[in-house]
Amino acid sequence: MKVLVCISKTPDTTTKIAFSSDHASVNYDGVKFILNPYDEHALAKAMELKEKQGAELTVINVGTADSDQIIRKCFAVGADKGVRINTEPMSGTQVARLIANYAANQSFDVILTGRESIDYNGGMVGELLAEMLDMPSIGYCSKMEIEGNKATLTRFIDGGEETLEALLPLVVSAVKELGEPRIPNMRGIMQARTKPIEVLDENVEVHTVTKQYEAPVPKAACVYIDASEPEKLIEILHNEKKLF
Amino acid sequence: MAVLVYIENWEGKFKKQSKELVTYAADTAAKLGTELVAVSIGNVDAAEIETLSAFGLSKVLTITGEAFAQFKAKTYANALHAAVQHCGAKVIVLGNTYNGKSMGPRIAAKLEASLVTGAISLPDTDNGFVVKKAVFSNKGFAFMDMQHEYKVLTLNVNAYHIEEKSGAVAVEDISDKVATAADVQVLNVEKQTGKIPLTEAELVVSAGRGLKGPENWGMIEELADLIGAGTACSKPVSDVGWRPHSEHVGQTGITISPNLYIAVGISGAIQHLAGVSSSKVICVINKDPEAPFFAAADYGIVGDAFEVVPKLIEAVKNIN
Ligand SMILES: Cc1cc2nc3c(=O)[nH]c(=O)nc-3n(C[C@H](O)[C@H](O)[C@H](O)COP(=O)(O)OP(=O)(O)OC[C@H]3O[C@@H](n4cnc5c(N)ncnc54)[C@H](O)[C@@H]3O)c2cc1C
Ligand SMILES: Nc1ncnc2c1ncn2[C@@H]1O[C@H](COP(=O)(O)O)[C@@H](O)[C@H]1O
Repeated sequence: MKVLVCISKTPDTTTKIAFSSDHASVNYDGVKFILNPYDEHALAKAMELKEKQGAELTVINVGTADSDQIIRKCFAVGADKGVRINTEPMSGTQVARLIANYAANQSFDVILTGRESIDYNGGMVGELLAEMLDMPSIGYCSKMEIEGNKATLTRFIDGGEETLEALLPLVVSAVKELGEPRIPNMRGIMQARTKPIEVLDENVEVHTVTKQYEAPVPKAACVYIDASEPEKLIEILHNEKKLF
Repeated sequence: MAVLVYIENWEGKFKKQSKELVTYAADTAAKLGTELVAVSIGNVDAAEIETLSAFGLSKVLTITGEAFAQFKAKTYANALHAAVQHCGAKVIVLGNTYNGKSMGPRIAAKLEASLVTGAISLPDTDNGFVVKKAVFSNKGFAFMDMQHEYKVLTLNVNAYHIEEKSGAVAVEDISDKVATAADVQVLNVEKQTGKIPLTEAELVVSAGRGLKGPENWGMIEELADLIGAGTACSKPVSDVGWRPHSEHVGQTGITISPNLYIAVGISGAIQHLAGVSSSKVICVINKDPEAPFFAAADYGIVGDAFEVVPKLIEAVKNIN
């Protein structure tokens, strides 16, 4: 079995985001980057497939050399191969097209992504890939078991969940329930330093372009209501704001 | 050229967001000076289709039959593609729901289109086709220019108003135009019934670790039921199993933008705020005056949840 995990590099979840003074770009000074949290869950599931079913595990990133650190993190956890498509990622469609071109003749059985990257919150790369590669897909997947060429999976739906069955190959996007993130072990960390990363110089046309950014409007100061009269809050929400 | 809007149904009934979506798509079509077509996939009553007549649509396309009885991303995307080809749409609008987020990218890939998920504004067509969306988990917004001749966008739930007009609508069934595909098999669907799914709720009551244990959620549910709200929780609460995962909001959970978010016994960590900070009105109840959530709140009560919430419940009962 061959498994591909798509990984993206995102600002740490505690990062405060600032924009350049002309609001045309993000100011990444001093920002710490991490492996996108959902991709950790995807990677964890892939590791389980490696351990239980002897899958060969490749990770792929579309990004510049700054991304090598997250690829090495995946090596440290247990990934066998690392591929980086050496391009600044500009849109989900571009990322998916580049990965699809790479994966097209590699006969991966399972392609895993996170449900979204926490920077642009696109939640699109997995489904785009599935369509480009003409595969079935399970978005927001919380459980997956594979037997032979058949997978049984659970995905989130509005207000509940759904259990499905699909034949490999397929594309799965992970929510956090899919797998418990792995902690790199000593042997992995040692190996990760020297393992080669395959770097490919490819790019495709981009046709969704971020023109401008805007910071959220700061909230007006909180209006405090005394704990001895909480009914005042209900009065405001009901009479003044007409929320219910 | 047309704008095509996909109207999602759940067991034959259109989802709550439908009217927001159709209004949004109608306003987009008006801006572009073109017609609006809707498509419904799956088995939906004629009476339900009729509810779309009030939105100035030129046509509703329907795709029905056994193959579409359950949602399957690939099959549904093929169906949507048939509709796009049938009406010559260049702009395709879907809801930013679980299913919409599956189909949107797929149709975009078929058309090699520009794609924006989670749009929160009408396109600005003065300079290109620019749509606003939240990025960095609500820590900022981006204006995305969709430069391809085909544009696919998914609209956030609760991000647009509803405006009904009058009129009639022509219906055309195009089921026979859809190519079939090998796809997943749905084995089982489990859905909470009689409750408002969090992803669709306009009002939300949420609680965190301050509630001490699952046995104390009765008052949260009672308050939510009384005002017609959905319920949510913080991550640690769903991690330990006090509440189902489907209620977990935040950076690693669901992102919501209800009209009202009441947070009880939640500290307001940055990862929690990431999922709720675009709520229109935020009320925080916390016994710690230093809790960071107060900085993001419109209204705050510094007090013990076990004393405050029962009084809120009483107050709501008094107005009803
Ligand atoms: C990568 C990452 C991702 C994360 N993603 C998420 C996420 O998606 N969603 C999320 O919620 N968290 C997330 N977290 C966790 C987050 O950092 C916080 O730990 C979490 O939100 C805290 O939950 P809480 O407020 O319920 O609990 P606590 O931080 O323990 O706060 C409990 C609050 O209750 C108050 N309290 C106690 N007793 C009472 C009482 N009787 N009456 C009133 N108030 C009372 C306390 O003053 C306190 O403010 C993430 C963390 C990381 C590192
Ligand atoms: N630059 C990238 N390189 C590789 N995979 C990516 C990249 N960006 C996103 N992905 C994958 O696609 C998922 C969804 O990302 P997005 O559609 O950008 O929200 C992520 O969780 C990753 O698995």
